[in-house]
Amino acid sequence: MNDFSYLNDLVLPGLIIFAQIFAVIIPVLISVAFLVYAERKILALIQLRKGPNIVGPFGILQSFADALKLITKENIIPSGSNKIVFLLAPIITMVLSLAAWAVIPFAPGWVISDINVGIMYLFAVSSLGVYGIIMAGWASNSQYPFLGALRSAAQMVSYEVSIGFVIITVLLCVGSLNLSKIVEAQETVWFAIPLLPMFIVFFISALAETNRLPFDLPEDESTLVAGFFTEYSSASFVLFFLAEYASMILMSSMTVILFLGGWLPPFDIYPLNAIPGIFWFTAKIIFILFLFIWVRGTFPRYRYDQLMRLGWKVFLPLSLLWVVITAGFLVYFDMVPNTL
Amino acid sequence: MFLYPITFYLFSFIAVLSALMVISSKNPVNSVLFLILSFINSAGLFVLLGAEFLAMILVVVYVGAVAVLFLFVVMMLDINFIKLREGFLQYLPFGTLLGIVLIIELSILFLTKSFSNSNLINYSSSPTINDIENTKLIGEILYTDYFYLFQICGLILLVAMIGSITLTLRDRGQIKRQKISSQNYVDAKKAIEKKKVKIGEGV
Repeated sequence: MNDFSYLNDLVLPGLIIFAQIFAVIIPVLISVAFLVYAERKILALIQLRKGPNIVGPFGILQSFADALKLITKENIIPSGSNKIVFLLAPIITMVLSLAAWAVIPFAPGWVISDINVGIMYLFAVSSLGVYGIIMAGWASNSQYPFLGALRSAAQMVSYEVSIGFVIITVLLCVGSLNLSKIVEAQETVWFAIPLLPMFIVFFISALAETNRLPFDLPEDESTLVAGFFTEYSSASFVLFFLAEYASMILMSSMTVILFLGGWLPPFDIYPLNAIPGIFWFTAKIIFILFLFIWVRGTFPRYRYDQLMRLGWKVFLPLSLLWVVITAGFLVYFDMVPNTL
Repeated sequence: MFLYPITFYLFSFIAVLSALMVISSKNPVNSVLFLILSFINSAGLFVLLGAEFLAMILVVVYVGAVAVLFLFVVMMLDINFIKLREGFLQYLPFGTLLGIVLIIELSILFLTKSFSNSNLINYSSSPTINDIENTKLIGEILYTDYFYLFQICGLILLVAMIGSITLTLRDRGQIKRQKISSQNYVDAKKAIEKKKVKIGEGV
């Protein structure tokens, strides 16, 4: 033991962890900027418009210009609000939408923390996301944000139930809660094929969980101005905005890991499996994100009772039934994986 | 190696502090928020013990679902803070009694031989990381040794659920309900009727 032992024990591993965190967070934040641009451009194409086309070539720098504009504006805090909770809400939302990336495997071994209960961690963090919204709605001390927060809380709690059952169905087929093992279990066939109904249920629940159209009732601009972030401006608004898109990317990567085989190529043949896994992973995420935007451009918004009906009376029984069917199938044909 | 004690003391300090804030903060919404903070820190302590599955379940069930409904109810209530303070002295003796009973029970537990110093080390040290995940171990115990108790727990929850539904469900007389299936079967032939209207007469 020399005097510099703490350097090897604490400082160096600490620096490596920080480097890993930055290597994940910065690409995520940059991809958020391009996702916003892509959304505006795709929606414009759907509606036969041009979309952003002034800032930079093809308007590709539009999101950066918008971010700069928003951050340099004045941050207004309503006088009747609970200041601490008001400022804490966007921070919590942002932190949670980034914290979940710690367990996402981008390619074989490319993961910050390869924990045993990876999928449970993702589920836990995404269920915490509702707090940022409730706190924002309550702390604003205003009617529209409060209504938005109430809607959001009920909506996210309802759809988490069916997401939980979908995750259980996948876990039954894998026999582990580790995300890398979930991907490796799909080497023969992606779970989207045998569990197609669950894939669809999960995708629609992901839309509801991220408050995206057609389920964006918490921020329904035609009835609630801007929903739970009506009172927010400047940097705190930017945090909500970034968090919404970061959690969109997160939910798409969850979909990819659970159902579309993560980093695995579509067919295990030469030219395809020579391409690095990170390429397949990103390509699949981009495909799911395109579906998110496509849905936004196509479907009208649900009414609130229709939304609740879909969650409790359609998805919950369906996913429960599939858990029973999958478990029964696996036990009957003696295919239960990874038994003790 | 001293990272482990540092994180332990950090989590437990915040957990205890936020538990104190739960009972001492004036605004009930702040109390619930501190309760959530305390839950999350207890989940951190579970992780330090090597019980990562329990930690995640604690976050999903208590923080993600139960505390959301708590917060929901507390936010909606119109609570008179001054009246709430008035009751404080009235409940003080009862609260102290409960506290004393708890302290006596805990001290009996720790002073008896089963928790003597040599045994305590076996309990407190974090379990060795083995090949079997603790998710599997919990499942193995829960669905074999404690199978009937587990099923009875489920039944108790079912009874509670049915009870709360029967308490809140009431017949509100005539309300218009939509039949989704009949709406889905609507087509142009049923919905639109073509009529020839004579000029100057109307339908």
